[in-house]
Amino acid sequence: MTDDLREYNFAYLDEETKRMIRRALLKALAIPGYQVPFASREMPMPYGWGTGGVQVTAACLVPEDRLKVIDQGADDTTNAVSIRSFFARTAGVATTERAAEATLIQTRHRIPETPLREGQILVYQVPIPEPLRFLEPRETETRRMHALEDYGLMHVKLYEDIARHGAISTAYAYPVKVAGRYVMDPSPIPKFDNPKLESAAIQLFGAGREQRIYAVPPYTQVVSLDFEDHPFEASKPDHPCALCGATDSYLDEVITDDAGARMFVCSDTDYCATRQAGGAA
Amino acid sequence: MTPLLQVEGVTRRYGARIGCEDVGFALWPGEVMGIVGESGSGKSTLLGCLSGHLAPDAGRVLYDAGSGGGAQDVTAMPEAARRRLLRTDWAFVHQNPRDGLRMNVSAGGNVGERLMAVGARNYGAIRARAEDWLGRVEIDTARIDDRPSAFSGGMQQRLQIARNLVSGPRLVFMDEPTGGLDVSVQARLLDLLRGLVRDMGLSAVIVTHDLAVVRLLADRLMVMKGGQVVETGLTDQVLDDPQHAYSQLLVSSVLQV
Ligand SMILES: Nc1ncnc2c1ncn2[C@@H]1O[C@H](COP(=O)(O)OP(=O)(O)OP(=O)(O)O)[C@@H](O)[C@H]1O
Ligand SMILES: [Mg+2]
Repeated sequence: MTDDLREYNFAYLDEETKRMIRRALLKALAIPGYQVPFASREMPMPYGWGTGGVQVTAACLVPEDRLKVIDQGADDTTNAVSIRSFFARTAGVATTERAAEATLIQTRHRIPETPLREGQILVYQVPIPEPLRFLEPRETETRRMHALEDYGLMHVKLYEDIARHGAISTAYAYPVKVAGRYVMDPSPIPKFDNPKLESAAIQLFGAGREQRIYAVPPYTQVVSLDFEDHPFEASKPDHPCALCGATDSYLDEVITDDAGARMFVCSDTDYCATRQAGGAA
Repeated sequence: MTPLLQVEGVTRRYGARIGCEDVGFALWPGEVMGIVGESGSGKSTLLGCLSGHLAPDAGRVLYDAGSGGGAQDVTAMPEAARRRLLRTDWAFVHQNPRDGLRMNVSAGGNVGERLMAVGARNYGAIRARAEDWLGRVEIDTARIDDRPSAFSGGMQQRLQIARNLVSGPRLVFMDEPTGGLDVSVQARLLDLLRGLVRDMGLSAVIVTHDLAVVRLLADRLMVMKGGQVVETGLTDQVLDDPQHAYSQLLVSSVLQV
């Protein structure tokens, strides 16, 4: 461990880079939902593997931290394991799979079921930070739309959804308005997680390829966009978890044998395991 | 009564070349002003300056929203306020419908956008308004979920008009709204426009080089040449008894066709 720490600066990035990222993070926290440009660095992993989240995590970690990394709710996927071991090596921080015990959680595509508390930091890996990109490909134009709060287009997208599918079919990366001002893409979390965006924890979003950082400070209002007659619903598969029986958690459908038998289980593996062990839910 | 639009000394240059120069006029509520002139005479440049799409080098464009706040210089407004004006009180109909429509959004979404932009949040109500407007511009409401790319040129132009008028604007700018369409389609569109202008009591500034369009739609006429206004008057007066040599040429050349 000490050898590793001599070879790398603490948490991999050099101090100048961390300083630059921290300044972007402070600005992002000061203007909730606003996308702050930052000079994204090359990381020892390809884009799409969380380079934005990793840089944000690197800039936030202190030696006393206890890190948890999840990918779609699970701690044991390749992506989660490699990022966790990356920081175990380059920062020497303790790691955990327990959401309640972690001080910093890096996530791809989920918010833990266990409510987060004050003092915790949740870092999201973001592929496409711009919620208006779907209908407006020009960056200059989307920036102007944010600046002028010209968000009619966002509802056009939802209108098109209903016109085509009879309901708002957007199930992931469901757009939200933060603190009554900026429309934000919460990254591809299921819309089931949207209500959890109003949290006691600090939420930081990092997009590496697109070089953007944004944030939701604790206790900030986050409203999912909708229509009066098609209100937002934080829906999920209507089953209990086959392993722990939870009825309040987001479920993945998994195929269990060659005959195609299926079951629904918690996507949050820590939550499920804790419940199975009889711990507090 | 005060003018809806008071234009004073509007000048726009492109480098050394003059786009339009020292143009001034007043547009009264409910009035339709036609702007005619040969190609390159500065019609589109002037319209761009009036509608807030182009920044003039000199001059003022005073708009009186009628809210009791008095006239405001559009050229000096913050961009946010100008944009709000452009999607509520004002409308702009482009010659090419592709410039004024979202081609990857359904007809209903295109018409509904301005409503949603100003806060409409009831899907059923937005859709009902869109259906109503498709009907008013003579597009089969069964096509509400089709994209404009599946429409003919004339239908696209009518959709663009519906998209612009749905918010109940007071002032509409149009640049060659019937250009690029077949003659028979043009005639139908003109009829439609005339009906809408009358029914809604719209004020409008219409740029065209087609004198038939101004004869049908415009109360007053401005003739432009080389960036300047060479003659202004009631449409019938200018067309039947042009005073300026260039207007005479313009009118006679058309009559000869
Ligand atoms: N973007 C530009 N850059 C440079 N010069 C321009 C530009 N746009 C217009 N001009 C020039 O300004 C003058 C007025 O052009 P404008 O497009 O306003 O004419 P118009 O009356 O609308 O013509 P048309 O009937 O062909 O549309 C012309 O000399 C034109 O070449
Ligand atoms: Mg022109």
